[in-house]
Amino acid sequence: MGKKILLEHINVPGINTLEVYRQKGGYASVEKALKTMAPDAIVEEVKKSGLRGRGGAGFPTGMKWSFLAKPEGVERYLVVNADESEPGTFKDRYLMERIPHILIEGMITASFALGAKTSCIYIRGEYFYVSRILEAAIAEAYAAGWLGKNILGTNFSHDIFVQVGAGAYICGEETALLESLEGKRGNPRIKPPFPAVAGLYGCPTVVNNVETIASVPYIVMNGGDEYAKIGIGRSTGTKLISASGHINKPGVYEIEMGITVEDFIYSDEYCGGIINGRKLKAVVAGGSSVPILPADLILKTEKGEARLMSYESLSDGGFASGTMLGSGGFMVYDETTSIVKNLYTFARFYHHESCGQCSPCREGTGWMEKILHRIVEGHGKPGDVDLLWDIQRKIEGNTICPLGDAAAWPVASAIRHFRKEFEEYINHPERIKDVKHYYSVHQLASV
Amino acid sequence: MPKVTIDGQSIEVPDGTTILQAARMIGGENVPPAMCYHSKLKTSGGYCRTCIVKVSKGSDKDPRPMPKLVPSCRTTVMDGMEVQNNTSPEVLEARRGVVEFLLINHPLDCPVCDQAGECHLQDLGYENGAANTRYDFKRRKFKQIDIGPYIKLHMTRCIMCFRCVKVADQITDNRVHGMLNRGDASEISTYIENVISNDFSGNVIDVCPVGALTDRTFRFKSRVWFTKPMDAHRNCTKCSGKVTLWEKGEEVLRVTTRKDKWGESEEWICNECRFEKKHINDWVVEGPRHIDPHSVISLNHYENVAAKLKLDIAKQQKQLASKK
Repeated sequence: MGKKILLEHINVPGINTLEVYRQKGGYASVEKALKTMAPDAIVEEVKKSGLRGRGGAGFPTGMKWSFLAKPEGVERYLVVNADESEPGTFKDRYLMERIPHILIEGMITASFALGAKTSCIYIRGEYFYVSRILEAAIAEAYAAGWLGKNILGTNFSHDIFVQVGAGAYICGEETALLESLEGKRGNPRIKPPFPAVAGLYGCPTVVNNVETIASVPYIVMNGGDEYAKIGIGRSTGTKLISASGHINKPGVYEIEMGITVEDFIYSDEYCGGIINGRKLKAVVAGGSSVPILPADLILKTEKGEARLMSYESLSDGGFASGTMLGSGGFMVYDETTSIVKNLYTFARFYHHESCGQCSPCREGTGWMEKILHRIVEGHGKPGDVDLLWDIQRKIEGNTICPLGDAAAWPVASAIRHFRKEFEEYINHPERIKDVKHYYSVHQLASV
Repeated sequence: MPKVTIDGQSIEVPDGTTILQAARMIGGENVPPAMCYHSKLKTSGGYCRTCIVKVSKGSDKDPRPMPKLVPSCRTTVMDGMEVQNNTSPEVLEARRGVVEFLLINHPLDCPVCDQAGECHLQDLGYENGAANTRYDFKRRKFKQIDIGPYIKLHMTRCIMCFRCVKVADQITDNRVHGMLNRGDASEISTYIENVISNDFSGNVIDVCPVGALTDRTFRFKSRVWFTKPMDAHRNCTKCSGKVTLWEKGEEVLRVTTRKDKWGESEEWICNECRFEKKHINDWVVEGPRHIDPHSVISLNHYENVAAKLKLDIAKQQKQLASKK
């Protein structure tokens, strides 16, 4: 069994209540931080821990915290990004639903380190019931004196608010999230300035993912060096992976970074192998935005080394033969899956979620969806694949926020690795309609 | 003062200058085109992505190149920065891509569009666009809306530059229009087709780079290149009163703000000057307006005619001289 940090007590009955959470050592980090540590020392520990942002980009958290501008007399804010909307990712929901206090504990400690009097959880609209759970937990924490004025008799006071979004994917982008939090339309801002300088209401703000903040208590309690021992290389610590798709045991798993992908898919501890004993066809390793990889490249890198579940190993080979760890939305496809149809679903999603501010994403995502729709329906034209390739290339990197990239990468990777399948769709539309030839996901269930 | 080099030409500019502004100071062929940037509107720019450039050297302090192409209208220059615009094939290709994206849902109805001749998108398409479209789906369409007695909104032509939104935010006291919906279904609209009835609302027409917002008092009266622009002024209690009159014969067909070389308004004018003073006697005419010859709008204007005549005369004199 690998080391568990976040999900260690997940199965303890009543862990969602403060009482049980306290019995299991909860809120000790708040006590330790407030009474014995200086704020800068906590930032230093987080730096040493090598903790990286768990929302997808993997930016070192300690660095992000140290970038926070600290002008005199200006409020600072911590905002927790719980707008978990990446298709294939559901780890934050699980964490907040089952063990909400770990997030609140992390927020208090992190806010103390950052000098923030107020922090905020921005949670997506679809998680409305989770916001109720969080609010109940926050009320418990207020009642027990972990939140409010002069926590534990120190000078530090802190308030946490929960804000429910309306369910737009774009509001997971940090600046769009801040706009939405301010009560405006959730459009990404043009950077610079970065939130660390001018974020929520123009004040310095740190935006962190739920899982990142939930990892802070362990680092404070055990020290950054101890945390850095877990994992491999620059991918330290544990990571929650939301495994879904054609596997025997879908669910949320906490892994120690550095286990092999093969282990993760086939071992009984984790995914438990492919459903019905079929062959693996492809994997999207980190949520729908990251490049899809065929079975041979996901299990072994191009150099022939075993691929590991870590930031570095998954991105080995760049986008030509690698992918990204992203937010840990691990989607597994067996041999009956149509990559083209899967891509169409993704493209439809990005088209629907584009905010419409900048031209390449607004127009390009819709165009790609229309072409893919045509191909899936059997009306593809020769040259469509090249056209798709060209469109994604012109979106990538030319947009205000990463949604453009997120829309372009799946298209690029699917064409790069499965071009033949696209051509099959275009050249032999009659074969697509033959159910025996291409199982759809629905038909699989009845097999 | 930071020094920036754009396509090999260097210039020293004040702190806080953007790459686009610096390029405009240098002038000439290497100025990136811009659709959504407007020099008189704060926080404008960054949306259309036509002005993207490549920063091949960040600054003297940190010479690393920037990893992506950057919008020149929103990127401030650093000392020692080196920028590639027309010299970078990557930039030109990306820009062609942006132009294609802007045009795929555009109706291309220039022959019946009032903006034709002074349309930034037309100029942009002419300079950076492709001859053919690769988009063979149905184009997006919206209903035309009259917003108030003076302004027509034709969303189908809109490119989402947000300049009209910024005008309402920054020079009128109450914004009643904005962006509705999302992605490629998003549109500029008023709340439940409210009337924009602010004294300065007419300026949204001037900042619209395309034919999405047009002047209802001028629609279909004349093609712009058949009208003569004249600078004029009057004593106005609300605005500066400095305008451009667009005349045909003795008639004033429309009144607009004075636009600079980049097609951007110099000073805002009120609706009274714009829509109600359409008689030559209302105005003190100063003289012909200089129109930058890059656009079709400058055709037929006597300054150019005079310039052309001068050239012709010089040519003929040369010929005569060579004959002797």
